[in-house]
Amino acid sequence: MSMTFLWTDLMVWFLVAVLIIWGWVISRSPQVKKIWHTIFKSKIAMASSIVLLFYLSFTLLDSVHVRFSPESEQGTQGVQYQGEMVSLLDLMFVHNIESTERTYSAPFATHEYAKSIVVDDKGVTRQVNLPLKHVSQSDSFLKESLFALLIGACISFLLIRAHMFWRKKKGEKVKEGLESPLPWRTAYLTLAVLVTAFTWLYLLSFSYHVLGTDKVGGDVLYQSLKSIRTGVLIGILTTLIMLPVAIILGVSAGLFGGWVDDVIQYLYTTLSSIPGVLLIAAGVLSMQMLMDNNPQWFETTLERSDIRLVFLIIILGITSWTGLCRLLRAETLKISQVEFVTAAKAFGVGKWTIIRRHIIPNLMHIILISIVLDFSGLVLAEAVLSYVGVGIDPTMFSWGNMINQARLEMAREPMVWWSLFSAFIFMFILVLAANLFSDRVQKVLDPRNKT
Amino acid sequence: MFAYILKRILYAVPILIGVNLITFMLFFMVNSPDDMARAQLGAKQVTPQMIEAWKVDKGYDKPLFLNEKAEGLQQITDTLFVQESLKLFSFDFGYSDANRNIGAEIKTRMGPSLAIALPTFMIALITNISLALLMVLFRGSVLDTSMMIVAVMIMSISGLFYIIAGQVLFSKMWHWVPISGYLSGWEGVKFIILPVLIGVFAGIGSGVRWYRSIFLEQINQDYVRTARAKGLSELKVLFGHVLRNGMLPILTGVVVVIPTLFMGSLIMESFFGIPGLGSYTIDAINAQDFGIVKAMVFLGSVLYIVGLILTDISYTLFDPRVKL
Repeated sequence: MSMTFLWTDLMVWFLVAVLIIWGWVISRSPQVKKIWHTIFKSKIAMASSIVLLFYLSFTLLDSVHVRFSPESEQGTQGVQYQGEMVSLLDLMFVHNIESTERTYSAPFATHEYAKSIVVDDKGVTRQVNLPLKHVSQSDSFLKESLFALLIGACISFLLIRAHMFWRKKKGEKVKEGLESPLPWRTAYLTLAVLVTAFTWLYLLSFSYHVLGTDKVGGDVLYQSLKSIRTGVLIGILTTLIMLPVAIILGVSAGLFGGWVDDVIQYLYTTLSSIPGVLLIAAGVLSMQMLMDNNPQWFETTLERSDIRLVFLIIILGITSWTGLCRLLRAETLKISQVEFVTAAKAFGVGKWTIIRRHIIPNLMHIILISIVLDFSGLVLAEAVLSYVGVGIDPTMFSWGNMINQARLEMAREPMVWWSLFSAFIFMFILVLAANLFSDRVQKVLDPRNKT
Repeated sequence: MFAYILKRILYAVPILIGVNLITFMLFFMVNSPDDMARAQLGAKQVTPQMIEAWKVDKGYDKPLFLNEKAEGLQQITDTLFVQESLKLFSFDFGYSDANRNIGAEIKTRMGPSLAIALPTFMIALITNISLALLMVLFRGSVLDTSMMIVAVMIMSISGLFYIIAGQVLFSKMWHWVPISGYLSGWEGVKFIILPVLIGVFAGIGSGVRWYRSIFLEQINQDYVRTARAKGLSELKVLFGHVLRNGMLPILTGVVVVIPTLFMGSLIMESFFGIPGLGSYTIDAINAQDFGIVKAMVFLGSVLYIVGLILTDISYTLFDPRVKL
C-alpha cells in the first residue's frame, strides 16, 4: 500500500496550505480579524460555513489516494484493487462498492425495482422482484435507525464538548466570564444535525442502499458523496487559477495605463465577447482531441479523468477572469488617484511597494467577494456543462453526470427519481450554503454597504 | 452620433479578428488538416492522395499563418487564417461536417430560438422589476425578508431541476402541455408555454435580488429624500424617481442581452426539442462539428458587440447628461 497523488489532489492540498498560511497571516492583523469576526457574527453565516466545511472535509477525504500494490495485498480487498487507486472515502464505502446490484432499486428497498422472470421448482415462470444482494432481509430498519441516530448524537456531543473545552482553555487566557460574541450555539446545532444525519446514512448503508441504486446497480449515496469532490474542486480551483491572471492584468492595466491598458482591455473585451458556453465547448473539444492524440500521458482511467478535470478547470479559469479583471482595473484606477497613493508616489516610494502596500490591500474585498460569489455559480455550471457534453469525464462521479444519466429514466413508470433527487439535494445544500455565506461576506466587505 | 457608431463598429473589427484567432488557434493547435481529413473520410484505407484531394476541396491545403511560397502581401493573405476569417466576416459560414449550409441553417433556426427567448426575456423583465419594486416598497418588513429567502432558495437550485420537474409535473403527470416539440405560428403556443415559464421562474431568484439592490441604492440618494420631504407619496417616489433613475443601471445589464437572444438557450431548447440555434449548437458540440461551433462563436461575438453599441445608444436616449 502506498500513497499516490493525482494532479487535482496536489492542487487541493496546495490550496489547503495556502489557506492555512493566509489564515495565519491575517490572524496577526487585528483589523482583518475584526472583519472576519463581523462576518461570523451572523448566525446564517456561521451555519452555512459549517456546512461548507463539512463538504470540504469530504473533498479532503476523497483527495488522499492510496494504491495497493499487487503483490503484498492478498486479502479479498487486495485482489479487487490490484494496482488501482482508491481514496479514503472509497475505503469507507468498500461495502457499497463491492456489493453492486444488477439494476435500479429504490431507497431502502429490499427488492429490485424491475421485475425479472424466474422459473420456480414446479417449472412455472413468474415475474418477481428479486431480492437485493446487499440488503439482508432480516434487519429491522427502526432498530438500526435508532442505534445509528444514537451513535451520531454521541459523536456530535463529543465533538461539541471538545470544542467547548478548547474554547474554555483559550478563553481563560483572554478574559474570565466573557461570553463569546460568535453564535457558537448555531454552529453546534448545525454540526450536530450534519454529523447525526451523516452517521445515520453511513451506518445504514451497511445494510441498505440508503438512496437506492442506479441503472448498473451502483450505490447512489456513494456516488453523491464522491461528487462532492468534483463540485467543490471546480468551484474553488477555477477561481484560484484565474485569480493571479485577473489580479496581475487588472492592476497593471489600472496602474500603468497607456498601451498596457489598451492591450489588456482589448484582451478581455475579446474574450468576454465570446459566449461563455461556446468558448468552454471549443476549449474542451480541442482538449479532447489533444488527449486522444496523447494517450501516453495517463496510465489509468482515473488519471485520465483527473487530467480532463484539470483541463476543464483551466478552461473555466481562462473564460472567467475577464469580469474580475475589469472590476480590479477600475478600482485600481480609482485608488491610484487617492491622496495616500499620490503622496507615496511623491515621496519616491517604488511602484512595487505601492502595489504591495496600498493597492492590493484595498482590492482584497473585491477579490474575496468574487471568490465566494463565483463558487456557487461554478458548482451549478458543472451540471449544465456535463449535460451539454463538455463537462466532467463520464467515468468520473459528478452531480452533472448523475443528472445526465438519470434524466432519461424519468419516462419510466413508476418513476426512477432517487438518483436525480439525491444529486439535486446534495447540490442544493452546497450552493445554498455558499450563496448565504457570500451574501454575508458581500454585506460586510462591500464599502458601499457601510452607509 | 453616427461618427460615434462608425467608430464603435471599426473598433469591433480587431475584436472580431481576435475572436477568430482564438477559435482558429484552439482548433488548429491540436488538430491538423490531415487529422481532419482522416476523421472526415472515415474509411480505413485512406491514401495520401485522398487526403490531399480533400484538403484542396475544403481549402485546407494552405499554410496556417504565413505562406512562404507566395510573394509580397500574398504571404499573409493567401493563408488559411485570413481566408477563413474573410469568409466569416462576410457571414459566409460554409458547410458543416454533415455537408449542410450553416448559414441557411442558422436563418431557419433563428425563429424558433426567438419564439422562446423573447417571451422569456420580456416576461422575466416585467416580473422581476415588479417583484423588486414590491420588495423595496415594503423594505425591511416580513414580506421583504421572506421574499429574499425564497429568492436565495430559487437561485440555489440547479436550472436542470426546474426543467425536469416542470416536464414531469405539467407534461407527464397532468398532461397540460406536450412534453417537447415545436410548431410555428399560433398552434405552437402550447409548446412554448412551459419552457418560457420555467425560464422565467429559474431566473427570478437572481433577477429580483439584482433589481432590488439597484432600487435600494437609489432610495438612499438625496433626491429621494427631497422628493419625500416635499410630500410625495411613497408610490410616487418609487415610480416617478426610483424606477426612472434605476433605469440606467438596468439598461447596462439588459440591453446587452437583447441581441444575444437570437442565440437561444442551449439547455431549454435541447430539453424541449425546439429546433433553434441553442439545440443546433449542442448537437454540433456533441458531434464535435467545429465548423458550426466556429460559426456560432463568431455570431455570438457579433451580437454581443452589437449589444454593447446598443447599450451606449440607449444611454443617450435615457440620460440627457450622456452625449456621444
